[in-house]
Amino acid sequence: MAFSTATAYFAPQPFPLNTASPRSHDNPLITPASASPFFGSTPKLRLSPSPKFNLHRRSGSGVSVSQVVKEKKPKSTRSLLITKDEGLELYEDMVLGRAFEDMCAQMYYRGKMFGFVHLYNGQEAVSTGFIKLLKQQDSVVSTYRDHVHALSKGVPARAVMSELFGKTTGCCRGQGGSMHMFSREHNVLGGFAFIGEGIPVATGAAFTSKYTREVLKEVDCDHVTLAFFGDGTCNNGQFFECLNMAALWKLPIVFVVENNLWAIGMSHLRSTSDPQIYNKGPAFGMPGIHVDGMDVLKVREVAKEAIARARRGEGPTLVECETYRFRGHSLADPDELRDPAEKERYAARDPIKALKKYIIESNLASEAELKAIDKKIDEVVEDAVEFADESPVPPRSQLLENVFADPKGFGIGPDGRYRCADPKFTEGTAHV
Amino acid sequence: MAAIFQGVGAAAALSSLPSNSFDSNKSVFSPRRSFSVRKGASFAVVRSDGTVNLNPKGRRTQQLIPNAVATKADSAAASSSSKPGHELLLFEALLEGLEEEMERDPRVCVMGEDVGHYGGSYKVTKGLAKKFGDLRVLDTPIAENSFTGMGIGAAMTGLRPVVEGMNMGFLLLAFNQISNNCGMLHYTSGGQFTIPIVIRGPGGVGRQLGAEHSQRLESYFQSIPGIQMVACSTPYNAKGLMKAAIRSENPVILFEHVLLYNLKERIPDEDYICNLEEAEMVRPGEHVTILTYSRMRYHVMQAAKTLVNKGYDPEVIDIRSLKPFDLYTIGNSVKKTHRVLIVEECMRTGGIGASLTAAITENFNDYLDAPIVCLSSQDVPTPYAGTLEEVTVVQPAQIVTAVEQLCQ
Repeated sequence: MAFSTATAYFAPQPFPLNTASPRSHDNPLITPASASPFFGSTPKLRLSPSPKFNLHRRSGSGVSVSQVVKEKKPKSTRSLLITKDEGLELYEDMVLGRAFEDMCAQMYYRGKMFGFVHLYNGQEAVSTGFIKLLKQQDSVVSTYRDHVHALSKGVPARAVMSELFGKTTGCCRGQGGSMHMFSREHNVLGGFAFIGEGIPVATGAAFTSKYTREVLKEVDCDHVTLAFFGDGTCNNGQFFECLNMAALWKLPIVFVVENNLWAIGMSHLRSTSDPQIYNKGPAFGMPGIHVDGMDVLKVREVAKEAIARARRGEGPTLVECETYRFRGHSLADPDELRDPAEKERYAARDPIKALKKYIIESNLASEAELKAIDKKIDEVVEDAVEFADESPVPPRSQLLENVFADPKGFGIGPDGRYRCADPKFTEGTAHV
Repeated sequence: MAAIFQGVGAAAALSSLPSNSFDSNKSVFSPRRSFSVRKGASFAVVRSDGTVNLNPKGRRTQQLIPNAVATKADSAAASSSSKPGHELLLFEALLEGLEEEMERDPRVCVMGEDVGHYGGSYKVTKGLAKKFGDLRVLDTPIAENSFTGMGIGAAMTGLRPVVEGMNMGFLLLAFNQISNNCGMLHYTSGGQFTIPIVIRGPGGVGRQLGAEHSQRLESYFQSIPGIQMVACSTPYNAKGLMKAAIRSENPVILFEHVLLYNLKERIPDEDYICNLEEAEMVRPGEHVTILTYSRMRYHVMQAAKTLVNKGYDPEVIDIRSLKPFDLYTIGNSVKKTHRVLIVEECMRTGGIGASLTAAITENFNDYLDAPIVCLSSQDVPTPYAGTLEEVTVVQPAQIVTAVEQLCQ
């Protein structure tokens, strides 16, 4: 049934287990009452029983995917979920993410980039599944594992690679680095090193969207913000505070949890009292969905509805994507704690291979076309490396730029002039 | 009378005083030092009974700074505005400044706890929610880190939020956002995103508010790169700094003081702002430079009364800009008086005074005749008991003693 493809926790296959302890999806305590009503507009699956709850005020609580799915699609295959163009777009984006990250690893070990570099291998379905549905004016906020979010949003591979190399042509002029990918043009609002600190920023971007519509009276403004973060972040105060505020003010935001089960070496199950993160949505008054994050089509289905909900002004959604990172937490992580069997299980669910298989089996495109995309992406990534290699390093004069938007903030020097007027300032040798 | 002459005789360094300074019949201190008075004269009239009046007519509307060079002090006479001005309390001046900016630019909004329906815990946002709506004057839940971060995200995407910390101390919970995002994000994004946010709130030691409500956050925030910090102390500069902070493209932290909200002053009717980077000459003098800010300005002025009676001529500067320091005004003063006393409310360790001492020593060491004296609060959590609380902060008597010692 088409319904089950979207609501993964109704899906027939068992959830992969961390062999150390069972994943709580097998927990018999899951009842429809605690399940998310996101897709079920049936009265049984209400959110919280509280009568004051926002959702009750909306009569005809919007269109749920289940209704759309039941009405528009016959109970058949997923092949109608994407067109050929969409399929190729998704494939290309995921391959770009994978190839780019693999190249990062190579470059890191060759000493072209330094510091903490966190790679996204294995999680491509989440980034592609969500971000490819966005418009340019929509915003994305990420964490330190942000290269692929930036790429999916449209930041050129050259700009990201240069940033990683610390060159002045990087998207942040080399000043941010791996963990701080920003792009004003593509509305990528970072790139944050501390977990959780991007979520309030995302909430603020969503607030601006609502403010623009309701205070500045630009009634067409329906910009949506996506906040990506991990399982570890879901135990952090900022996460909960923002769930509250977003639901309270019905902000146009989607909270996307990339639950890859591990926060560096801390297993999600060892650190979380209720590991079912999607449960935390209804507690704050928003739908909480769980989806198979290794399947880009499933993610895309969920993302469509969540983003549409936000655009309609119905408020936030919490989407928990069950996913996995094939590499360690960062390139400095020896990754010794994770069970090889677990890694193998997830490697078998490689999202790129899965999409490729689907595309070919559904006759959306031929293997040759997909190979052509692989080749094209290889060239893009090679070109990005070349560009980054050849780009100049930031000169000394760049040091003091961008500390302040208005450089008067450096103050008035002993000679009565603003320090930023000092010629040494532009050389980067001024004392501030 | 005798005391004054004694003072004059004893301090050889005071010999540079104008000879008419201690004329008991008509004691008027010469107000003008062309290099140090930036905003027009605010001269002191010393009456024969020793009371000191600051002439508020000396204040002049501050011009907007169009270019990046500090304005030279105008030698023109203090222009009095054609309109009479209006009297109000400091919190009303903040409110007025905020309201004017909100009218001027629809992107200016306010966020904080109880800023909306309650009107602000110190009434700085009174009436604004009724006028501008609940979204523009947003009552937030009690989640400082997150709503400050939300303000930052909103600032990055085009709004100009004013975030209120109900008490500055609560902003300790927002340190993550203030340090990483507010201060650094413009830089780490390569200049792509600006954060034109104003973070404001009351801080400082009040009347027996207890240790946690009596904190001086300026000392904790001063190292954060990329932010500016200003402290207001009068209705005039409160309104001016509020407006300047809102108009600034940089993130600005505006420190108000719990005990100063009911100060009354007559301020100009016309639009004006105060320069964020400049210090304010409160009382020109010759013998010693006293640098202070916020509430301690009033302790200093109280001590100044006593000092003047004793024959001293202190120059009092309200530094106003806590980060960056206005080393021009401060430097000119040091070059004139050669003695520096810093009076602050921060704790001894790591406060604004400590940084200021270092900055002055670095830049003006040659001009100092004596080591810089810095009077700060004790390194003690502010006690509840009134007698103890009084002793933790600097009192006027200590300031007088310090000046006397410094000027020996």
